[in-house]
Amino acid sequence: MELLCPAGSMPALHAAIEHGADAVYVGLKDQTNARHFAGLNFTPAELAEAVRYVHQRQRKIHVAINTFAHADSWQYWQRAVDQALRAGVDVIIAADMAVLGYVHERYPQVELHLSVQASATNAAAIEFYQQFGIKRVVLPRVLSMNQVRALARTSSVDLEVFAFGSLCIMAEGRCYLSSYLTGESPNTAGACSPAAYVRWDEQDGQLESRLNGLLIDRFAAGETAGYPTLCKGRFQVGHDTYHVLEEPTSLNTLSLLPELYREGIASLKIEGRQRSPAYVAQLTKVWRQAIDAVLSNPTEFTVAEHWNQVLAGLSEGSQTTLGAYHRAWK
Amino acid sequence: MQFSLGAIQYFWPKAHVQAFYRRAAESNVDIVYLGETVCSKRRELSLVDYLQIAHQLREAGKQVCLSTMTLLEAPSELRELRKYCDNGEFMVEANDVAAAQFLREQQLPFIAGAAINIYNQHSLRRMISMGLKRWVMPVELSRHWLQQLLAQPLIADIRDCFEVEVFSFGHLPLAWSGRCFTARSENRHKDQCQLCCINYPDGRPVSNQEGEPMFVLNGIQTQSGQRYNLVNQLHSMHGLVDIVRLSPQSALYSDQQDTFAWLEKFRANQLGAAPQPLASSDSNGYWLQLAGFKQELG
Repeated sequence: MELLCPAGSMPALHAAIEHGADAVYVGLKDQTNARHFAGLNFTPAELAEAVRYVHQRQRKIHVAINTFAHADSWQYWQRAVDQALRAGVDVIIAADMAVLGYVHERYPQVELHLSVQASATNAAAIEFYQQFGIKRVVLPRVLSMNQVRALARTSSVDLEVFAFGSLCIMAEGRCYLSSYLTGESPNTAGACSPAAYVRWDEQDGQLESRLNGLLIDRFAAGETAGYPTLCKGRFQVGHDTYHVLEEPTSLNTLSLLPELYREGIASLKIEGRQRSPAYVAQLTKVWRQAIDAVLSNPTEFTVAEHWNQVLAGLSEGSQTTLGAYHRAWK
Repeated sequence: MQFSLGAIQYFWPKAHVQAFYRRAAESNVDIVYLGETVCSKRRELSLVDYLQIAHQLREAGKQVCLSTMTLLEAPSELRELRKYCDNGEFMVEANDVAAAQFLREQQLPFIAGAAINIYNQHSLRRMISMGLKRWVMPVELSRHWLQQLLAQPLIADIRDCFEVEVFSFGHLPLAWSGRCFTARSENRHKDQCQLCCINYPDGRPVSNQEGEPMFVLNGIQTQSGQRYNLVNQLHSMHGLVDIVRLSPQSALYSDQQDTFAWLEKFRANQLGAAPQPLASSDSNGYWLQLAGFKQELG
């Protein structure tokens, strides 16, 4: 069971590898990946350097080229694939049939993973994407543990699941809420609730967060104010004001580790290419210890209290959840 | 230019659905999509019921297509999907690639719904080679995007091999989740939802704390708070769009504002001869390359 950690920068990549990641995933510095944020990601030269660093330590590096190509600029996606493979990366993660098909036909020997952005939530969808020679599927965060188990027992490709980090509550790759409010979505621009549209105002001692002018949340003095990701705002339904879609909280599957291991899940993905090297270091350390504990004795595994404390401290609103893995969340 | 009625996105009582399609049979709509696309727990109508309605609509001269579930998770949902794909009579709209997989296995032609991620000429071309005959463009794309895509030689050369359909009226389907937001709004767990969405025939509106419309909750689906309305953009669709889709709204008996009254307004304004005033709750942003909730004149 692989520990796959995020690296939005070279220091984060070093932190992940030093603290025990089996593999890291990165993106190029352009709109071809779903964390297209200012100051993040790798130029082709940096990517080549990252590959050398990772390979010297016998680990692996995956590159996400997982947005959907635009009609008039397909060559950027094509070029991203060419650059990544020239740099010597081990895996391409893609969602767009255009990119999947290009990699499969042009570079048939390259290991291809189906990005979570392709939204493959069932056995027939996985079968559909097998025409592109995919070796692994990253499962969307909408499935329950029972559903993950059912897929693990029938699927002929490896499965990767999200283990920790920001919780997308919608089926990834099929959520247009961000473009509805801002004109830019993960699919078209590689970002959700982009920072350029965020505004913070102080009104009568209350902090207000806005996205493209629309109020997303209000925070009383002393309340932790989170980034206005639009699905985590407080809105009104009828006479009630509450987190209509989801609370600000992070996914944490530590307690599911033995079960994920038993079902033969190939890889545990930690979300957070937008996070700092210190965050990546702390997370990687905890997950390395937890995975080693499962591998050495799967039946006796218990979640150490200090792991949970570290993870809670790194979570949105200091809260964690099992998300859709646990039926009651739904 | 043809006009279609998309599958009913909400959960309506069976009698309400049947009444709606009796009116559809009498209307001058060209194409009707039938089926449950949002939640497999909604079982007011079975596939057999839909097929019965399909036959009535076909006798009334309508082209009928079966529309399928968008977010498929359980093996039981795939078995039900298989039955839709095996119906033997009507073309199927695939709202997940699972349906496209079942249909291509049988070498049957299919329609790719708006929730299938086709954003460029290469993915469209690949789907055409798998059997796609009609493409419903993702809702977040604009006229500009569509025009650029269709102008690519890879597509322009085979433009007569497929049709283009655009979602043009109704609350836009924007997201699907493992969680049921309607049940959550009533403090229920999804497993004990008691099908409470049947009490909200137009979904549950969500506004922000300043009272501006944000979204509409429709079970596991989240829709746009604004009603998308391209009635005044039809003239800009000529040469690009073959079929204009209206999504059924529930206001069945208030004759001025209902889906069929709007169908007439759309038909009348195909060439821009009868522009319609838009309500402040209407939007057209996506088509005009703006944020989806925006409304612009023209």
